[in-house]
Amino acid sequence: MKGVADPLAKKSSALRTQSETIGFIVMVAALVIAPFVTYPLFLMQAMCFALFACAFNLLIGYVGLLSFGHALYFGWASYLSAYSAKAWGLSPELAILTGTATATVCGVVAGSLAIRRQGIYFAMITLALAQMMFFFALQAKFTGGEDGIQAVPRGYLFGIVDLRNEMAMYAVVLIIFLAGFMFIYRIIHSPFGEVLKAIRENEPRAISLGYKTDRYKLVAFVLSATLAGVAGATKAIVLQLASLTDVNWPMSGEVVLMTLVGGLGTIFGPVVGAFVILVMQFKLAPIGEWVLVIQGAIFVACVLLFRRGIIGELANKLRIRL
Amino acid sequence: MFEIFGIPSQALFGQLLIGLINGSFYALLSLGLAVIFGMLNIINFSHGAQYMMGAFAAYLLLQHTGLGYWPALLIAPLLVGATGIIIERLFLQWLYKLDHLYGLLLTFGLALIFEGVARNYFGSAGLPYTVPESLRGGQNLGFMFLPNYRAWVIGASLAVCIATWFVIERTRLGAYLRAATENPTLVRAFGINVPRMITLTYGFGVALAAFAGVMAAPIYNVSPQMGAELIIVVFAVVVIGGMGSILGAIVTGFGLGVIEGLTKVFFPEASNTVIFVIMAIVLLVRPAGLFGRRA
Amino acid sequence: MRKTIGLAAFAAVLACGAAHAQQVSVKVGVLSDMSSLYSDIGGAGSVAAAKLAIADFTKDNPNVKVELISGDHQNKPDIGSQIANQWYDVDKVDLIIDTPNSGVALAVSQITNTKNKVFIVSGAAASDLTGPKCNANTVHWTYDTWMLANGTGKALVKTGGDTWFFLTADYAFGHALERDTAGAVENNGGKVLGKVRHPLNTNDFSSFLLQAQSSKAKVIGLANAGGDTINSIKQGAEFGIVKGGQKFAGLLVFASDVNALGLQTAQGLTLTETWYWDMTDANRAWTKRWQAERGAAGKFPTMVQAGVYSGLTHYLKAVAALKSAADGKAVVAQMKQTPTDDPLFGKGTIRPDGRKIHPAYLLEVKAPADSKHPGDFYHVRATIPADEAFRPLKEGNCPLVSG
Repeated sequence: MKGVADPLAKKSSALRTQSETIGFIVMVAALVIAPFVTYPLFLMQAMCFALFACAFNLLIGYVGLLSFGHALYFGWASYLSAYSAKAWGLSPELAILTGTATATVCGVVAGSLAIRRQGIYFAMITLALAQMMFFFALQAKFTGGEDGIQAVPRGYLFGIVDLRNEMAMYAVVLIIFLAGFMFIYRIIHSPFGEVLKAIRENEPRAISLGYKTDRYKLVAFVLSATLAGVAGATKAIVLQLASLTDVNWPMSGEVVLMTLVGGLGTIFGPVVGAFVILVMQFKLAPIGEWVLVIQGAIFVACVLLFRRGIIGELANKLRIRL
Repeated sequence: MFEIFGIPSQALFGQLLIGLINGSFYALLSLGLAVIFGMLNIINFSHGAQYMMGAFAAYLLLQHTGLGYWPALLIAPLLVGATGIIIERLFLQWLYKLDHLYGLLLTFGLALIFEGVARNYFGSAGLPYTVPESLRGGQNLGFMFLPNYRAWVIGASLAVCIATWFVIERTRLGAYLRAATENPTLVRAFGINVPRMITLTYGFGVALAAFAGVMAAPIYNVSPQMGAELIIVVFAVVVIGGMGSILGAIVTGFGLGVIEGLTKVFFPEASNTVIFVIMAIVLLVRPAGLFGRRA
Repeated sequence: MRKTIGLAAFAAVLACGAAHAQQVSVKVGVLSDMSSLYSDIGGAGSVAAAKLAIADFTKDNPNVKVELISGDHQNKPDIGSQIANQWYDVDKVDLIIDTPNSGVALAVSQITNTKNKVFIVSGAAASDLTGPKCNANTVHWTYDTWMLANGTGKALVKTGGDTWFFLTADYAFGHALERDTAGAVENNGGKVLGKVRHPLNTNDFSSFLLQAQSSKAKVIGLANAGGDTINSIKQGAEFGIVKGGQKFAGLLVFASDVNALGLQTAQGLTLTETWYWDMTDANRAWTKRWQAERGAAGKFPTMVQAGVYSGLTHYLKAVAALKSAADGKAVVAQMKQTPTDDPLFGKGTIRPDGRKIHPAYLLEVKAPADSKHPGDFYHVRATIPADEAFRPLKEGNCPLVSG
């Protein structure tokens, strides 16, 4: 996906990472203090979605592939995590691992089908595959259909830590989120990540340089799906619920919106975007009828006017990288 | 009569005919999408919402002006097509230079807005709209009872599809359009107003969607979400058929309608997913789609 | 002098103490679908009904202060859970009421039980709420799937519709509805000739309707809801199903659906509801007030919205009697002990499993010619007495019911 050029490519790497480090410290500090001032359940949910958005952003911001069906990995990881915790009695960390593994498998299958096409076709294929899996979720017995899987036990982490304690749960979610975030950061700032960016900028040239771009794209796709799965699996334990909402296409649309609002191709953009959108939904809940219209209006406004998103605009103004 | 796989042939032929009817809607909608994509390189995600607007326009025309189905068939597409032209002038024209995924995102946002507004003003239960008097009743064909209205749907859709194909592939205007898609600068140098052609093409594609909406109003529930449910299936149809191919869109639309109809007979629970499964298979075997050209 | 001051002081203390003792504060949350499929069934109309209930109750009981908030669960169990958690933990809500959509209701019921608040379900249908998933904090008002299945199934078989064909939405709710109705049909001497399952949110029912037609069953049972039901009936009219002599039985149809279909298309449809606005003078009078409160003269209240009024009234009575809303289980126990009585549903009781009992009515949609004024949708064909309308206590598998 062209058009998201990198104006700071020439600056030295030391300066580049300084702004990012500061941003990281600010983010961690905010997340550590927040549960004492705001409703922790909301924050945990926001972090799960932030991780989901970061995973999505990996694909679109750094490889240039718009996946319109990311809810597939998020939702199915959520289902398997919920089911394994409830029906098989797995402890939360194993449940989350089960969910994540599901997302990885889905990512491999979907990715190998979708990578065959480019650009818009890629987006439409991911959407269609996600929709197919939505219908499958609707029919399958274990997902509970319209009711979803409810009353998922929080369980005991590693058999010792009681996750029904909100603060304990919060700490776990925070650690998972930060681990995922830093993992994505490592991917981006690695030789592998550089190749991905090269593919985004000019794929034919990357091919002519000898890189098997399809393989790189598939690996990035699977990584993105896996991380989306981590987010979904964690969410199922936190909210103790996995439902059809998680696999349906509006969920895919929402993560696109979060990333767009926050800033495509920036490392903090998706996090900010996720929080902004969730707060907005929360505040607008009393006038629920207009949420759809407002989300649509934000989409339109972002595409036309704020293409860089909140963090993107901020970084551009300050001439730093975020 | 005889039986095939345990299903009486009566039911089978009946379902085939019905599959053709569904296929008409798929064909009309994917035709509009193909036309818009061919000219503008934009995936019109709001196509489903514009289909819905066509149906709503028909309903509103009936409520407020008393104009029934037949005038609505002409007026509603014109009205909705006009809104399409406004959208193109206001929003889309700024996106042509960008990656065409932005077009998808913008039209997605527009679709949300249209659906949200419709839901606020009309609720989600649905609005009543009946089959026009002249098309009520049906013919007993021996193997099934075919409502007249459904026969009309197949006929009208085929006519519109073939007419569109003819205009684009066989007339001078269509030649200008196709040329402008390939090389707009050159065509402009010849003195042809390319931006206006683009605007009118988008309007036409949207009008096609609205036309399908008016035809759907008497038989399908007129609700704000009627487009959203359909649009993703139409996307799959388009991927299978290969974008940019008018003929591909038409043939695939009708064909998939028939396949879906057959699935409803033999394996009804899968009728929702069969189109996606076919899409996956086609992608494995022919990544460019059945009629598509490699981009 | 000292005596007078003493007396005055004593009187003052008494007055203060009495005022404090009598002032009861309650916070109520209407959790409904405000913006999508069920917004006409519950939604803003439920909020209006709640406001009327509060106004009527506080007029006679000025010492009870009631605060009302509302929220949109958008038919999503996760959003519903979030709002419920938020309301109970942060906003100090004591009662959640309405909640159409069984998935959301089941989730909220669970949360209400854990946090010891009260949940009155008016909108949702799942009979499991008073079955295996029952708890001491939840009361199921208005209707449920068993009542619908048995009401319509049994009544139709008794009036001659003894062969059935089912058109079922292929998910848990549809299957449950089909299973319950098929059971009712067979228990009363009818026969189920066949069934076909369709995916949820199907647009085109022609192939399924063709199968129903060729089965020659006297009744086609629609075990689906919302848009699917409307599409089935609309397209059924196209194929001349009703003209051909078969009847449609809507297993989950509301007045708002009939409004959406129009009488021309929906005429002859049989359904069961527990409240119809045009049945009694009390209902009609209340409807006028509801329309004024709602600000929508063209809309008519559904049984769900009437249930919100009725349920909230009974809850407030229980809270006033206990002088506190804090202990959910205690309030529900009080509600079960007291018989219910309100202008809309008349006299009734709440069973130990949380099931509210009242009569049900078999209704048939009128032909346009028979409809004398807007909202005149139904003929009342039969009344099912309260003790027969709902699933017998013993058959529910509710853990609260011993034996």
